[in-house]
Amino acid sequence: MKKVELIDLSKSYDKQVDVISNMNVTIEPGEFFVLVGPSGCGKSTLLRMIAGLEDITSGTLKIGDVVVNNLPPSKRDLSMVFQNYALYPHLTVHQNITFGLSVKKVKKELRNLRSSEVAEMLGLTEFLHRKPRELSGGQRQRVALARAIVSEAPICLMDEPLSNLDAKLRAQMRSEIRRIQRQLGITMIYVTHDQVEAMTMGDRIMIVHEGKIQQVGKPIDIYNCPANPFVATFIGAPPMNLGSLSMEPNTARLKIEDHFILQLPIEEAMKVPNKNLMIGIRPEHIKPATIDMPENEKFHVEVTNVEILGNETVFSFQLGNNEWKAKWNGQWHIENGDSIPICLSVGSICIFDGETGELIRKPSEVGSFVIQKEVLL
Amino acid sequence: MKTSMLKKGWLYFLLTTTSLLVFFPVLYAFMISFMTGTEILQGRFLPQTFSLDNYVKVFQRLPLVNYLLNSFVVSLSVMFGQLVVCSLAAYAFVFIPFKGRDFIFFLFISTMMIPWEATMIPNFFTIQKLDWLNTYQGLSLPFFALAFGTFLLRQHFKTIPIELHEASQIAGLSRFSFFLRVILPVSKTSLVTLGAYGFLTTWNMYLWPLLITTNSSVRTVQIGLKQLQSQEMSTDWGVVMAGVIVVIVPTLLLLFIGQKQLQKGLSQGTIK
Amino acid sequence: MSGLSIQELWRRTLNVRTASLYLFPSILLFIVFVFYPMFRTIYLSFYLTDQNGNAAIHVGLENYAYLLASSEFLNSMKATALFVLYTVPIGILIALFFALLANEKLRGIGFYRTMYSSTMGISVAASSVIWLFLFHPSIGVFNRVLLTIGMPQIQWLLDPQWALVSVSISTIWMNTGFSFLILLGGLQNIDQHLYESARIDGAKYFYRLRRITIPMLSPTLFFIITISLINAFQSFGQIDILTKGGPTQSTNLIVYSIYREAFINYQFGTASAQAVILFIIILIVTILQFKLGERKVHYQ
Repeated sequence: MKKVELIDLSKSYDKQVDVISNMNVTIEPGEFFVLVGPSGCGKSTLLRMIAGLEDITSGTLKIGDVVVNNLPPSKRDLSMVFQNYALYPHLTVHQNITFGLSVKKVKKELRNLRSSEVAEMLGLTEFLHRKPRELSGGQRQRVALARAIVSEAPICLMDEPLSNLDAKLRAQMRSEIRRIQRQLGITMIYVTHDQVEAMTMGDRIMIVHEGKIQQVGKPIDIYNCPANPFVATFIGAPPMNLGSLSMEPNTARLKIEDHFILQLPIEEAMKVPNKNLMIGIRPEHIKPATIDMPENEKFHVEVTNVEILGNETVFSFQLGNNEWKAKWNGQWHIENGDSIPICLSVGSICIFDGETGELIRKPSEVGSFVIQKEVLL
Repeated sequence: MKTSMLKKGWLYFLLTTTSLLVFFPVLYAFMISFMTGTEILQGRFLPQTFSLDNYVKVFQRLPLVNYLLNSFVVSLSVMFGQLVVCSLAAYAFVFIPFKGRDFIFFLFISTMMIPWEATMIPNFFTIQKLDWLNTYQGLSLPFFALAFGTFLLRQHFKTIPIELHEASQIAGLSRFSFFLRVILPVSKTSLVTLGAYGFLTTWNMYLWPLLITTNSSVRTVQIGLKQLQSQEMSTDWGVVMAGVIVVIVPTLLLLFIGQKQLQKGLSQGTIK
Repeated sequence: MSGLSIQELWRRTLNVRTASLYLFPSILLFIVFVFYPMFRTIYLSFYLTDQNGNAAIHVGLENYAYLLASSEFLNSMKATALFVLYTVPIGILIALFFALLANEKLRGIGFYRTMYSSTMGISVAASSVIWLFLFHPSIGVFNRVLLTIGMPQIQWLLDPQWALVSVSISTIWMNTGFSFLILLGGLQNIDQHLYESARIDGAKYFYRLRRITIPMLSPTLFFIITISLINAFQSFGQIDILTKGGPTQSTNLIVYSIYREAFINYQFGTASAQAVILFIIILIVTILQFKLGERKVHYQ
């Protein structure tokens, strides 16, 4: 198990525009680390730099404690799973799995032993003598996985390995990959554009946008306290609602899109600079207002769209120039055009700097959404 | 919609008559090769007996076994030479990004515009100076590099996902082993097409062997045919046709076996 | 510092160095057997040469002037032009007709395809010998047929009026196989959905041929026209065996003329000048083809 250290890592193709700029992060041994971001953000390039398939323009890349900037891929002691699996079409499953071992001149008996172990683990035993074209997509994916595992490399890189599978199989493979990673204790660096994959698989995730790190952390921390509006809207579905915000310094009253007014506790108002601000609130924190609430805490919104997803209801309304969404538990019979009273809790809002996008105020109530398993005991 | 019976009948009629017309000269030559001189003079289509006399005679009058052997050696050398030289070049064009690739590619294209016949005089003297007249290498080496063959293979190599290359880099495979162990086996079909094409064209080559072979030591069957025809003119057509049949059988067989493959492969390499 | 930069340079040029290893055999062979001889041919065309093909006397453009004034060479050019005109359009039309027939989905179609493509497997020398017999004045098939139907017999290869036509007929036959194979490949690459949608629209066979098949086949047609033109200019074997350029030089095609000038008359200077002219003609044909083709051809 090795750690991977990125120190001021940059990459540019024409020496002008950085595809990756000054990345600093340490991936801990045995960690499941997910790189996530929209397509074209540079996450695959970063992975390929770690693999040694792309040159590093500047900065240092350490694997274990060794600087590997100029080492060829094969000397970096890692394995990789590609999006299109990159199986050798002329070789059988068995030969595909043992290909890397035979290149490294591992003895035949040992090769066969390891191949059959891995095949067993992934349920490929009966397909060992087939060619890749005779397998289904899911089976091919397993062969690619087997090829990575059999190398016993301490680090495994995966580049969108599940994106060619259908939704059901994808969910199944997610937990399977996670299980194998835990079982073998390897360091996993996993690239995806799918925030659900990132949230469900990663010990830590790193959100990349336009070649820069946006935030690194545990999935739930990132969900609760997104570092900027990009992260806020990228993680979570439906995304966090954003809107303009202004504060009256004297009264500490917050004005959202010139419509809603919330009272910020005075002691907190001191920490909020008097400038252009932005509010962020998760759809599930927009609550139905009850009849007994004082009228000044209720806001009336006009519903523009309703989606009932079985046990929860998502409806949209227009606020200023933005469409906001609210997510409520249960099946709500709401129609387009209805006027619905809602309420916002000041403890659940994020406040971002309107210019830099930086998170100024974390939601204070998040603790109350986290439920410890002890309550069940 | 089902093809109607009438249309079907009409199609079969056209197919049969035209294909017979195309194949008639070969069929006729085949028949003549069994006929005696008098039968030929009578203008018969079918020989009275399928006697192999003419075949025996043609092998007696010409060192035909020798010529056949020469043709095989030369055709096989060109075939393997082209496969090696073209696949190496095509590999570099597809899997190695290097500066000046477009320029080198243009050089390859430009060789297609230079007709072989326009360069044969200096080439003859080059071979003469190398003392390669009447040698196998003189007959085969000039044809090892082939722009068309390089394109054909390049076209196929381009369909191989680059990730295979990357995966084998991670596995620790050198570039050359990747070429040998992955690219070549994966491109088997294109290699077979190019091989068949190379064999066919070399077997049928006429002008170059005519220029650089002056004795029967390395002379190929095509030149043997010319010899036979000028010797036997107006005397014994049966023997001449027996020679013709012997010469065309290997390539016809190759074509019959590989027709489908050749058609697919050639149209892939030429268009797009 | 300089040591480092050399190391850096060494690393950066890794790809170029590797690529040149792979390309070396091709490039070496092209230089020795294509580029050098091409320049050498151009060079020799400005000289009178000795018997060993060495440049002896510089004569400038005199070789060309001599050629353009020589009725023999002009005659050869004319014969070549006629030969190309006779063989290329007809040859391609026939091959296209065969390819359309053989593209129908019928039982046993593979057999017909093999028949049509068979001439590709038959060498120029073998074909020529067969046709020499078919054209034979007394025992050849053609004259026998003419005799049977009571027409006057033709001295196919001996009559200056007929010799070029006869050679052209045999050449068309020889080239059908290759053109057929390429065109059939092109036809089979056409997306079948196009025909299905045309059928739904109720289009008839010839309408589909004109509006779908031919336009979709145009890249292949374009390719085969170029190749056929170039091949026609390069024809040699059939002339050497069927007519030896005669009678009265009516079939003295350009390559045969080069061959005779160089390897029978040992006039390497004028032969080279002819070779340069052949090169220029083929260059013009290819460039024209590409210029015209770019505009006319429909690429998918």
